Amino acid sequence: MEAFLHQVFSGLATGGVYASLALALVMIYQSTNHINFAQGEMAMFSTYLAWAMIHAGLPYWWAFALTVAVSFVAGVAIERVIIRPVESAPVLSVVTVFIALLVIFNSVAGWIYSYTIKTFPSPFPEQPLFGNRFISSHELGVIGVTLVMLAVLYAFFRFTPLGLAMRAAAQNAASARLAGIRVGWMLALGWGLAAAVGAVAGMLIAPLVYLEPNMMSGVLLYAFAAALVGGIDNPFGAVLGGFLVGVLENVIGAYVIGTELKLTVALVLIVGVLLVRPTGLFGRVFVTRV
Amino acid sequence: MAALLEVEGLSAGYNNLENVLHDVSFSVERGGITAILGANGAGKTTLLRAVSGMLRRRGSVRFDGRPIEKSAVEDIARVGVAHVPDGRGTFLELTTEENLRVGAYARRDRRGAALDMERMFGYFPRLKERRRQQAGTLSGGEQQMLAISRALMMRPRLLLLDEPSFGLAPLVVQDIFRIMRGVNAEQGVSVLLVEQNAGLALDLADRAYVLETGRVVLSGPAAEVGADENVRRAYLGF
Amino acid sequence: MGASDRKGRAGATAWKVAGLAVLLCAAAALPFLVSNYRVFQFNMVLVYAIVLLGLNILTGYNGQISLGHGAFYAIGAYAAAILMDRYGWPYWVTPAVGGALCFVFGFLFGLPALRLRGHYLALATFALAVAMPQILKYKHIEQWTGGVQGIVIIKPDAPFGLKLTPDQWLYLFTLAIVVVMFAVAWNLLRGRTGRAIVAIRDHPMAAEAMGVNIALYKSVTFGVSALYTGVAGALGAVVVQFVAPDSFAPGLSINFLVGIVIGGVASISGAVYGALFIQFVPNFADQISKAAPWAIYGAFLLAFVYLMPGGVAGFVRLAWMRLRRTGSATSTAPQGAAIQDRRTT
Repeated sequence: MEAFLHQVFSGLATGGVYASLALALVMIYQSTNHINFAQGEMAMFSTYLAWAMIHAGLPYWWAFALTVAVSFVAGVAIERVIIRPVESAPVLSVVTVFIALLVIFNSVAGWIYSYTIKTFPSPFPEQPLFGNRFISSHELGVIGVTLVMLAVLYAFFRFTPLGLAMRAAAQNAASARLAGIRVGWMLALGWGLAAAVGAVAGMLIAPLVYLEPNMMSGVLLYAFAAALVGGIDNPFGAVLGGFLVGVLENVIGAYVIGTELKLTVALVLIVGVLLVRPTGLFGRVFVTRV
Repeated sequence: MAALLEVEGLSAGYNNLENVLHDVSFSVERGGITAILGANGAGKTTLLRAVSGMLRRRGSVRFDGRPIEKSAVEDIARVGVAHVPDGRGTFLELTTEENLRVGAYARRDRRGAALDMERMFGYFPRLKERRRQQAGTLSGGEQQMLAISRALMMRPRLLLLDEPSFGLAPLVVQDIFRIMRGVNAEQGVSVLLVEQNAGLALDLADRAYVLETGRVVLSGPAAEVGADENVRRAYLGF
Repeated sequence: MGASDRKGRAGATAWKVAGLAVLLCAAAALPFLVSNYRVFQFNMVLVYAIVLLGLNILTGYNGQISLGHGAFYAIGAYAAAILMDRYGWPYWVTPAVGGALCFVFGFLFGLPALRLRGHYLALATFALAVAMPQILKYKHIEQWTGGVQGIVIIKPDAPFGLKLTPDQWLYLFTLAIVVVMFAVAWNLLRGRTGRAIVAIRDHPMAAEAMGVNIALYKSVTFGVSALYTGVAGALGAVVVQFVAPDSFAPGLSINFLVGIVIGGVASISGAVYGALFIQFVPNFADQISKAAPWAIYGAFLLAFVYLMPGGVAGFVRLAWMRLRRTGSATSTAPQGAAIQDRRTT
């Protein structure tokens, strides 16, 4: 029983990371109708930046804050420079651009920082909270940070004028323009936020899986699956989906099939869910009018 | 004093071809209401889109003396032109209230915006009832009211209306036109109105233009245009 | 359409046929003009061209996105390897078997896939791509699949005692299959079936209202697309002489998708351009920078997407039209790329 609970809590922790990345995916999807397949690699690159800062002597939370800020700016820049030219291109062309970004970030990270595994520090204490045997402090910290981040984002989008403008721009760009909203910059802001969220996700998971250029590829896949299971247009669904997928992955890996096939089994289950609910558990079913 | 909106030699179309509007000229006086009449396909919607910047256009468009024919949609909106497009452009997934707040986004004055929202609810009590409802669930008439309100939230100097009566029940249409007349009289908001329902339009407007296959074929004070034989036969059913 | 137009059209077609004939002769002469290694590389180009044609039929023309064609490729490849190595079947049957097998799998996969659209379908097909290498490594079927080590195949000699190296013969064999499969696809896409397939992509409701059995067409298209990929997989296995689970990693499926975008979505010639790209550009990138070759590859991808939004095929078509200085050229492939961004104003 204890082992099972431990798996569940661990799953919630990695699930928090999946949830964060899934949220980043959904944010970009809502504003651009595209899935940013390079989100994982961007997060990985941000984590390397943090690592470099920490190694240069910067205290953890300074490096954390700086990385988030730099990632935000980089996200804005990438949208304006690389994505803008293909904004209205066919979906497949945009997907190829994302694949190009993915490959470039991965390759450059390996080139600059080499492929040897590095350790990444955790800001949370070594000892588990109250000496419990189910969940480490870092894992608890991951869940906590994820929830706080989500609350902040929710408040931003729901209650601030800028958040409203971003939602409007995402839903109906033409009408948003007619209301004087600079839609192009709203998209860029969305990318910035997504990049910042991704950076946080990367820094949270690096202590658990060790920092190396391919660290995020599995995470991205789970995040993608989580976002879809939650309903690709639903941020809450994405978050819930992330936690669900995290727990599922751990439980399947420990009790059903072992680590090699757990990715396959998890994906198959997710696809199974999609077959029953094609727009995800909480996604909107769109009725198309002729 | 120069008119608020002065358009000369406007040509516009779709797919980067100027094949819908040909060399159109018209104006809207400060505090005036101009109606553009014409049958389906005459180019009325294209005309409004050309003014608000949604299309590539050639020719001269001057708003308050300043040229806007090369400006982007959002910049034209920020200068004081509010376009209520065909199809209404409602943000279906936002609530009614959020739709209105979007209209006020580009404004500086928080208080003024809040007061304006109350004023909109005053004009259209039905919107107030549904303020927290998702806009997509509103009826056609309510969405039209919402679209106009959203445009008015921008505190525009010029309101562009694309067939506000389209698909609406006569009573609702009456309501809307009454409020339009009020807004024009009390706040001095100029209106450029495109309408298939010529009778309604001529009743509201002080100037009118008749558009046929992308060209202006008749223009003048609304009463004169309304009295024209051809117009009466073709558009007023006499 | 006036008489001069018709003459213009006939003239254009004559040019096209002549061009195609020249191309075929050049392709057939190739193995005798270059080194053996290059023959091998060009053979893989032909193999990939079949894959990309298959993928284009499904994703380009029919609008069903697939990130899982690597799996069908693997099935075709393993079918060939197992039949040749474990059961002694001759190589020239294996493409047909690979194709038939993949048609069945493709069709069966296409049935539940009917319920999924866009990104959801992409995930489902990607799940397939991820699953395949793991399934192939599965201990319980190791006796057939050879487990992690895979299976080695012996390259066949040229038949009838022809004075060709095995590579040259295989190349010509593949070329013959390419010609047949391209001709079949061209015919298919040109006629009613092709129009139905494209209609399903662009206006599914209208197509259905016109009596097109969407479910049947979509599933069969999936099957046909998989069939092409299976044929290519079998050929590829024989050319490479080796199958192993890690040769069919998910990256392969992504590479195929990239291939059709670069080559030109919804285009038959695009399959060839794309195949040339995915075979040669990685090598080229490696030569430019040993340290970060994939970054260079990514840069190439960006360049191609920005400069040639319709793929190489689209670019060629534009250049051709400009050369002939006519307003609209007839073409078998629909203009522009597939899955159009349908946001209007």
